Amino acid sequence: MKNRLLTPALLLAGLAISAILPATGLVNDYLQFVLVSLAINAILCVSLNLVNGWMGEFSVGHAGFMALGAYASALLTVRLFPGAPPWLIFPLAIVTGGSVAGLAGLPVGFLSFKTRGDYLAIITLAFLMIVKSGLENIPFTGGPRGLLGIPHFTNLPWAYFCCVVAFWGVRNLVYSKFGRGISAIREDEVAAESMGVDTRSAKLAAFVTSAFFAGVAGALFAHQLQFINPSSFDILKSTEMLVMVYLGGVASLGGSLLGAGVVTVLTQILQPLGTWRMVVLPLMLVLLMLFRPSGIMGYSDWSWLKPRSERNPKPKPEPKR
Amino acid sequence: MTPLLEIRNLTREFGGLRAIADLGMMVHDSDLMGIIGPNGAGKTTFFNLLSGIYRPSSGEILFRGNRIDRLRPSEIARLGIARTFQNIRLFRELSVLENVRIAYDSHLKYSPMAALFHSTRLRQAEQGSTRAAQELLDLFELGSLAHERAGDLPYGSQRRLEIARALALRPSLLLLDEPAAGMNPFEAMKLLDFLRWVQKKFSLTIIIIEHHMQLVMGLCTRIEVLDFGVRIAGGSPTEIQNNPRVIEAYLGAEGEIP
Repeated sequence: MKNRLLTPALLLAGLAISAILPATGLVNDYLQFVLVSLAINAILCVSLNLVNGWMGEFSVGHAGFMALGAYASALLTVRLFPGAPPWLIFPLAIVTGGSVAGLAGLPVGFLSFKTRGDYLAIITLAFLMIVKSGLENIPFTGGPRGLLGIPHFTNLPWAYFCCVVAFWGVRNLVYSKFGRGISAIREDEVAAESMGVDTRSAKLAAFVTSAFFAGVAGALFAHQLQFINPSSFDILKSTEMLVMVYLGGVASLGGSLLGAGVVTVLTQILQPLGTWRMVVLPLMLVLLMLFRPSGIMGYSDWSWLKPRSERNPKPKPEPKR
Repeated sequence: MTPLLEIRNLTREFGGLRAIADLGMMVHDSDLMGIIGPNGAGKTTFFNLLSGIYRPSSGEILFRGNRIDRLRPSEIARLGIARTFQNIRLFRELSVLENVRIAYDSHLKYSPMAALFHSTRLRQAEQGSTRAAQELLDLFELGSLAHERAGDLPYGSQRRLEIARALALRPSLLLLDEPAAGMNPFEAMKLLDFLRWVQKKFSLTIIIIEHHMQLVMGLCTRIEVLDFGVRIAGGSPTEIQNNPRVIEAYLGAEGEIP
């Protein structure tokens, strides 16, 4: 029973530390920026991993969901309720951002009933282009110039909190009958259906949850940078997420954390290289595909990230029939 | 008494090809029915129609008196028709235990909300199904392999696991598509005993597609013969063995063979 409370206690301690740390002066603004980016990237990575890792589809449209979350939340704080107290409006903005993105996940989910693999990837690409062009052409969202003057609400505690919720949510989904259904679709969709898996609901659940958390990440992103425009959410943004997923490991919570960590840190370290840094990451990806195609932690996880009942199971000795 | 399964005028066309033509059939509780026929006779198509993977072009399939020919495969599976595949279709990257748990999951009733919060009720339900899955694996002598990758199992164990997974649906009707494929005669005879035991233990009705004649003749109480999508004969194993049309379908007409 004592162990049962250990993880929540540690997570709470983490939240306290994330709140106190900036006040101590131990971390400067730059480091805080990096840590917040890490949290946002981790949320993006785990959300994309649900579709690309656990379900085994290939979505390249995740920047679109992120954009919807970013714009929906920013419109709320900039246009609709400017000057509202952050403790009230920011949680609302995050949930709105997530929900709008989640809702947009529905049509993509419906389309995934009939299409798979490459074809579905093209649909997600089309979705991204629709979102981006849409945002560019609607004056209310600032057109191609984007939205300016977004309040700086995203701080370390908020980013940390959202990141924990995203991982907790995805973990609970993945280690439930719905999550097992999603993995079964990846392995063999026909067999999954024949074994009673309602593949349609499972696909919808995967796309909506995934889009929701991408939207949450978008809301955090908008209120971190204080400025968003449609070209922040182009195919390159999606590519960055793909790199994180396939680097860290498909269908893995720990891999999502690891992938986001490596990419965030490398992006900062390689800053002096300028545009050449866009060569290093893809090169890593090539090496990874050659030697470890499912990523560093593909299909496996650290046991502390799993629910208690799923940890270190000991096989029973085989009885005689 | 309503038969367990009734098939009326079942037809399935692929373009101009009639893979199943005007098929009628009755299957009663506890039957052990064999389906034989040359390659391309429409046997697997028939199973795909029964399990909902294909929709019939015309005709009806009734399970316990209710039409099932418009249902999705997952709905049919939940009603109690489970199947295995000719070319084993396990969830290869998942563990042996997870393979069986996925089939048990259809009996777990909890909402997505409960899943999101991992409620106590959910945890108990999951523990129950894990235990049931483990017990089923023990029965199939796969218990000690529960945490192995399903794709890593030897061929024979994969075949057994596929049957175990199908039984986790707690079906009343089990469809086996060439379970003895790739087995030598000795292994096939072991499979025969095993299937008899399974049928009694789980009080099942079984329909089996098989080319291994010794197995079919030894196991089945009734045999139906298909050729080019048409039922050409049906009856007890002895009747089938002596039926001239069956011999013709398999060996060609008399006088053709030198």
